[in-house]
Amino acid sequence: CEIKQLSDCLIRLLLDRRDGTRTSEALTPAAAARDEFQEELVIRPLHSGDIYASFQFRTLWDTDFLQEGQKVSHYRLFPKSLGQVLSKFSVRELHISFTQGFWRTMQWGQPFIPSPPGAELWVWFHDTVSDVDGNWKELTNVLSGIFCASLNFIDLTNTVQPSASFKPLGLGNATDHRFLRYATLPREIVCTENLTPWKKLLPCGSKAGLAVLLKSEKLFHSSFHSQAVHIRPVCQDEQCTSKAWELRQTLNVVFDLYTAGQGKKEWSLFKMFSRTLTEACPLATSSKVYVDITDNPELFELSPATPLLSQAVVLGDRRTYSVFDLTRAETFGQLRSLNLLLRWKGDGEMLRPLLHAERYVAGFGLQTGEIHTVIYNNHPYRAFPVLLMDSVPWYLQLYIHTLTVTSKSRDNKPSYIHYQPAKDRHRPHLLEMLIQLPPHSMTEVTVQFERALLKWTEYTPDPNHGFYVGSSVVSALVPSMVAMNTNFTQDQPLFSSFVPVKEESSYFVRVYTEPLLVNLPTPDFSMPYNVICLTCTVVAVGYGSFYNLLTRTFQVDEPSLPLAKRLANLIRRIRGVPLLT
Amino acid sequence: MGLLSDPSRRKVLTGLLTRLNTPICIVCYLAGIVWFMGLAFEPFTLRTYMSENAMGSTMVEERFSSGERALSLAKEFDAHKRKAGGMPVEWLVKAMQSRGLEVFTQSFSRKLPFPDENKERYMVRGTNVYGILRAPRAPRTEALVITAPCSPGNTNNQAVALLLALAQYFRNQIYWAKDIIFLVNEHDLIGTQAWLEGYHHTNITGMEYSPLQGRAGSIQAALSLELSSDVITSLDLVLEGLNGQLPNLDLANLFYAFCQKLGVLCTIQGKLQRNDWDTAEGYTHAAQTMMLMVLKQACGRSWGDHGLFLRYHIEAASVRGINSFRHYKTDATTIGRLLEGMVRKLNNLLERLHQSYFFYLLPSLSRFVSIGYYMPAFGLLAVILLLRVSFPGLCHCFSVSLQPSSPGVLTVLTPVVISHLTGVALYLLPVHLQEMAVEHFPVSETEAVVLTAIAIYTAGLALPHNTQRLLSGEGTEQGWKVLKLTALLYLAVLLGCTALINFSLGFILAVTLVPITASITPHMPKALYALVMVLLSPAFTILYCVFIYQELIEAPVSVSEGWMLFLSVISQGILDHALYGSLVYPLLALFIYPCWLMFWNILFWN
Repeated sequence: CEIKQLSDCLIRLLLDRRDGTRTSEALTPAAAARDEFQEELVIRPLHSGDIYASFQFRTLWDTDFLQEGQKVSHYRLFPKSLGQVLSKFSVRELHISFTQGFWRTMQWGQPFIPSPPGAELWVWFHDTVSDVDGNWKELTNVLSGIFCASLNFIDLTNTVQPSASFKPLGLGNATDHRFLRYATLPREIVCTENLTPWKKLLPCGSKAGLAVLLKSEKLFHSSFHSQAVHIRPVCQDEQCTSKAWELRQTLNVVFDLYTAGQGKKEWSLFKMFSRTLTEACPLATSSKVYVDITDNPELFELSPATPLLSQAVVLGDRRTYSVFDLTRAETFGQLRSLNLLLRWKGDGEMLRPLLHAERYVAGFGLQTGEIHTVIYNNHPYRAFPVLLMDSVPWYLQLYIHTLTVTSKSRDNKPSYIHYQPAKDRHRPHLLEMLIQLPPHSMTEVTVQFERALLKWTEYTPDPNHGFYVGSSVVSALVPSMVAMNTNFTQDQPLFSSFVPVKEESSYFVRVYTEPLLVNLPTPDFSMPYNVICLTCTVVAVGYGSFYNLLTRTFQVDEPSLPLAKRLANLIRRIRGVPLLT
Repeated sequence: MGLLSDPSRRKVLTGLLTRLNTPICIVCYLAGIVWFMGLAFEPFTLRTYMSENAMGSTMVEERFSSGERALSLAKEFDAHKRKAGGMPVEWLVKAMQSRGLEVFTQSFSRKLPFPDENKERYMVRGTNVYGILRAPRAPRTEALVITAPCSPGNTNNQAVALLLALAQYFRNQIYWAKDIIFLVNEHDLIGTQAWLEGYHHTNITGMEYSPLQGRAGSIQAALSLELSSDVITSLDLVLEGLNGQLPNLDLANLFYAFCQKLGVLCTIQGKLQRNDWDTAEGYTHAAQTMMLMVLKQACGRSWGDHGLFLRYHIEAASVRGINSFRHYKTDATTIGRLLEGMVRKLNNLLERLHQSYFFYLLPSLSRFVSIGYYMPAFGLLAVILLLRVSFPGLCHCFSVSLQPSSPGVLTVLTPVVISHLTGVALYLLPVHLQEMAVEHFPVSETEAVVLTAIAIYTAGLALPHNTQRLLSGEGTEQGWKVLKLTALLYLAVLLGCTALINFSLGFILAVTLVPITASITPHMPKALYALVMVLLSPAFTILYCVFIYQELIEAPVSVSEGWMLFLSVISQGILDHALYGSLVYPLLALFIYPCWLMFWNILFWN
């Protein structure tokens, strides 16, 4: 192993030198220094008493390696393993997330970056790629090696090409969804072996900066854990003359009041992560901790207090944050360590998220069933459209003619439907719909299905566990709380608040429903030997002889005469007298 | 098979079968009964063992300790129940919320087809309260259910309180891989039925309910708790569910294993286990336990809240605390630990319970009889029917009757159709005619339904043979033979199908129906055989079962009490069919009774 690493190093050195000599003008130190790294932690105390911590690490790479003739092999902050993957497979955008647990929208509100349970991967390829499926297949295998995950289970039977739900988030206006691939693995279990490679992608690793808090024994002692990598092209400057690459690594975790907090509404960095902060990552240009104090001081108190405050409209809501800048020495105080302490004083009331969705399987028995997707619009007076995307494996055979969409017990006709039927053993069903949600309503989408009988080698090793159907995705532009409150004039001058500002009037939200676990008709695999023996015996003994009996005609044989009689007959025949019998 | 392909030997064999038909049938019948009774003999049974790997080898340490708190909670719950005059919904919602559960309620209402006099209810309105403990790691795909019925009066307070105490303890643990639903249901089975239908978004019984707001994926297993006193002496496990369905045997094994581990006395059918199988008392005890299970299974009703879960392929059992004033006492903490252990092991399940048996009889908690052992007992009875088909002349006449000139098939058709019409009347009329009956006779609705059923049943005895004579004149010798052949085959198929689904029901029906149906001909002394046939008819079978059951649970009844019980059993059977979809009543009314009428017809052929 070491020898391999050594040779890798040598090769990299050689390559660097060769490239360095060739493109020495392009790679001036000034250009390389434009690479940038930022780290950030947002802590949001939730009304349920739980606490939400969201890490973001942003690495900016000032190179456009997808341009013709440009070959890049110099990496400074950007992880080389990912950079090589991007250039080899001509990836335009890559989003991958690993999630353990389920985001409880009803209790926690919206997350900053939503993700479905299990693994999710969606990739936009460059439009020069000719064999997208081949690239996708190779890419998933490479990524499964990089992240130690079973992404290699992604194949054509669980990959779809959504036509509208997943648009590129970065530069470029790609709309041809032939270059998009989307797949989820709802069964993927996330654990430390996925966290370690993820941490290795950070410039400081887990040695310094915010990443020291990422200790697996605490991160996985939580009720929600999600880590993600998002790569997209962004503008290098304001005029957008050239492209740069942005790598965002995010990690979201929710600590539970009862299991991690011992039932006390009192949280500190040490209690959450069993570490405190002592320094910023030296490579980072900015390193900050934000604490959401919008409900302060009525609900909780924060210590140490900081004079730095920041206001932002996040997910349609105006929030106030205390900011702790880790690049400044005074943040750490005399103890040279920062241990934030949050203490709740009262009970907050539950938030009712404006958009929220859930899904379940109705019916019983192993023949048919019905998938119900329920989408709630809790906005008191505004209707808004949502895009619903469902990807259902082929072994649930959807009866698309039974598709119904009802809101307020009235038929709701989707204005756009994209349905791609499944092919057995080749591709899943894909259903995308644009549905208008009436204000303050519950919209139910139902479709019936029949459970297929699989071939006996197609069952998983634990067939009685059931088969997973990935989350459905609801994407929407939700009217924001800020715009909702038209009487809100306290902090703003009057002239600015009559017509709601466009950017603030709605915000983009993606809501994932829970995955489904569906039982298929399963043979009893525990006794194949007995069954084989029994059927063979029944066929051989029972069927064989009965068939024999039924098809043959029977005749009574003349018993052969004894020797003496035969001799007598011989003589009688010669004499011409009638024979004996 | 060489035997059959040799014509001369085949002739000998068929000759033997026809000549010795009656003795062989008698031997088969006796052998069937003896085989069945032998199932309770311990050396013939198997020892139960845990088949499921995930539950067997994993160690679970029980740490639940708030039994005392549960008991004080029970008092509090009782006070609130009295104040609310029913289920204290608000208090329960608050109690569950404060323990960190996601709480939802479901209201339901159901109008019974006729008043239930046992439980004194007609219009039922109620609310189910359930809280979901979300597993930290799982995305709401799998769930376990713990239910406790909120019963009227003083009963079951401890069960609800223990449920809340367990919820509080479970909420602080990190290891849950499946969501746990804590359900407190009102109006026992009706509430459970409403909740289950709501959860699965089906409506099979015409219940009205509000849709459920919170779900937790596919339910893997359920436990129902019934505790009515602070200390108990033993725990009883109830397995028999709707239509005689049983949960996977591993669930019973799990319960037994934890009772052994924690030193709790455990019973099944309310009977303790005995170790003296080689004595007469020991055997009788085991036989009684098994007979009780057979009777309970045969009646096809749900013997606890768990019974309704089985239809949805959810393995479920009821655990019932019994306080019988023995010296040996178990406190609430131990019961809590027992449940904690069971739930934790169920939480460890990687697949649905499927490894062990679904078809079994239990002569005691540690011994079981699998389907392979008990089916021959039924097979020996069923083979009599097939042997009688080969009775001299019967086979022959069937081939004759198929010839177009013969009137055989037509003569058979009339009694068959009329018998079945009587069956349909028995199935439909009692419930639909109740209003008319109440108007004209001084009876209550329930009595009206039961008495109408009995009246139709009795009227059916007079109807068919008269009409048959009316339609086609004198019955011919050949006619009754064709009818008997048809009826025998029909009965064999009916009993065979019933025994596959609900062995106990099939066996009990076979024991009473086979002897008389096999031997019946029109040439017998009519009065005597008519009496015997009536005494072995399905209705009398139910009556006998009532008496035997009372005898076995050591609460013998007098004849008049037995008669009252019989009437209530009939009304309960009809109610079970209407409320939960039990199939015993339609099976008896639409198939078994008409089939029996066909034999009745043979007796009065001429």
